[in-house]
Amino acid sequence: MEDKLILGGHEFNSRFILGSGKYSLNLIEAAVRDAGAEIITLAVRRANTKEQENILDYIPKGVTLLPNTSGARTAEEAVRIARLAREIGCGNFVKIEIMRDTKYLLPDNNETIKATEILAKEGFVVLPYMYPDLYAARDLVNAGAAAVMPLAAPIGSNKGLATKDFIQILVDEIDLPVIVDAGIGRPSQACEAMEMGAAAIMANTSLATAGDLPLMASAFKNAIEAGRKAYLSGLGRVLTRGASASDPLTGFLRD
Amino acid sequence: MDNRFFVDGAHLSPAALEKKHKLETDPASRTNHMEYMEGMEQIQSDIMGKVLSEMNSYDCSKYTAKDVKAALEHETCTIDDFKALLSPAAEPFLEQMAERARFETSKHFGNTVYLFTPLYIANYCENYCVYCGFNCYNNISRMKLSMEQIAREMQIIHDSGMEEILILTGESRAQSNVEYIGEACKLARKYFRMVGLEIYPVNVDEYKYLHKCGADYVTVFQETYDRCRYSELHLLGHKRVYPYRFDAQERALMGGMRGVAFSALLGLSDFRKDALASALHVYFLQRKYPHAEMSLSCPRLRPIINNDKINPLDVHETQLCQIICAYRIFLPFVGITVSSRESESFRNGIVKIAATKVSAGVSTGIGDHESKYNGKKSNENEGDEQFEINDSRSLDVMYKDIAAEGLQPVLNDYIYM
Repeated sequence: MEDKLILGGHEFNSRFILGSGKYSLNLIEAAVRDAGAEIITLAVRRANTKEQENILDYIPKGVTLLPNTSGARTAEEAVRIARLAREIGCGNFVKIEIMRDTKYLLPDNNETIKATEILAKEGFVVLPYMYPDLYAARDLVNAGAAAVMPLAAPIGSNKGLATKDFIQILVDEIDLPVIVDAGIGRPSQACEAMEMGAAAIMANTSLATAGDLPLMASAFKNAIEAGRKAYLSGLGRVLTRGASASDPLTGFLRD
Repeated sequence: MDNRFFVDGAHLSPAALEKKHKLETDPASRTNHMEYMEGMEQIQSDIMGKVLSEMNSYDCSKYTAKDVKAALEHETCTIDDFKALLSPAAEPFLEQMAERARFETSKHFGNTVYLFTPLYIANYCENYCVYCGFNCYNNISRMKLSMEQIAREMQIIHDSGMEEILILTGESRAQSNVEYIGEACKLARKYFRMVGLEIYPVNVDEYKYLHKCGADYVTVFQETYDRCRYSELHLLGHKRVYPYRFDAQERALMGGMRGVAFSALLGLSDFRKDALASALHVYFLQRKYPHAEMSLSCPRLRPIINNDKINPLDVHETQLCQIICAYRIFLPFVGITVSSRESESFRNGIVKIAATKVSAGVSTGIGDHESKYNGKKSNENEGDEQFEINDSRSLDVMYKDIAAEGLQPVLNDYIYM
């Protein structure tokens, strides 16, 4: 059976999504060629430029664009950026990012739910970036999101799965793909998230700041695939408290 | 040794000279710099008190190498860590500070560097700030651009590829009132994607009006946070009122502006205290307005027309670099602007460590973009510069230089809502 990532009816083979923020031609090349990315995020606020080079020019053909609404502080602003993205030819996908804090850039779940509802009704494939809260995730499902994108750790921090237990709850309880976004610093963390049942990983900083971009990109690809296979195979028993007795403790029972 | 700021222009009448000399020599002839003048709005805010209490108690000599090392090891930089990083004890650790600063910059800004250019539309000024080329006693060519002239300047800048503009005026409500500036903002929105303002401080409703006209970023330099020194340098005019200027950023945010920028003019007073106060001004205001974008500039004193000896005293490039690294480590999320007051080599180096915004294609004069950009001598008058710039690279050259350093030049990072 083929194992596809399905977002809003669109099928993808790759489970690595390139986040926005730190762009270079080399990074995009490595993400597509070596990490196998089929989806690349771009910040509309930076793409919306007329002069000089446009980030849109960097994106190879066949790759799905995922415009984000970074810079938005309210649902209303996010909706306007999403509509603008569609107008300038970025397609129907949108990643909602709404932050009302410039220091930590943590997503505002309440505003995100509002924006998701409006944009899903307008036919967007809505991928909301969120703080991993079960109630908010359920509301996002009801609002028409195509996936939920909980953060693993503060954006850009490379700290890994700081919110692991809460992401696991979303994986267990939410019937949409759970894409882990922000904070993934190394391939092993990406692998761990995939083992837990995450549907895909979004990363940027960990790749962008690597010494050898193509090598790190392929490391992520392998890690994500390994984690996915482990999840699909059903993880074996993990013995955390020493070996189990070869003779059962209840062996004395006669009936 | 201090700078010698006082220059008597031959154009001044005996009465004007007498008044000028009195202001310079007799503190009793000056108004109280802590007292609001008529029309100045007073808001309720505790920010100034917090900043000044930290600054006044700062003794940079009490920090040692041990404090600096500890500060560099801490994951979160506290106010006390920041004080250590600004101290003389941190100077031998400049390379380590630069490494940490670069790490923080790349976490928050990646490899991006934003570009902008200033546009001075008028240089009339009613203040006597002794270090400034625009000061009301300085003998310079004064000018205020008409809307047609502003449009022409903007067209030339737009054609160079620039997408963000910072509109500046001298501080004269009589010559360049809020409506005039508002009209310039409306015009700017036709040519640019981002419009910032660096004008005299105004009241909340006026910031609201200017925001409606298209401006959404406000820069106000406090120049020096030392109240006593401030009163010795700003002898006349609205700028003399220290607290009204201090609260300008907060009023701008109350007026709906998206972001605000801060700075001390390094070289006017104890630069460590001024750097501390500038960053704490940002720090405390950010806690009160967490949604607002904030940025810091770090200008040093420059020579002006009729006084080419003005210099930043003990703030050499090393100290400036130390300040900028300390800013970055303490406030990793804040934009840092380095203007054309600094040299090409300094700016090329500092964008790799901590600066996130640089100007290009700069003129601090009035109405001279045609001649400066295209080498075309215009028939019209031009107004004199505020200060001498150091790095005169065009947008094109700056863009290429930044890209050549492996960084990504960004011309626009915002969508108007």
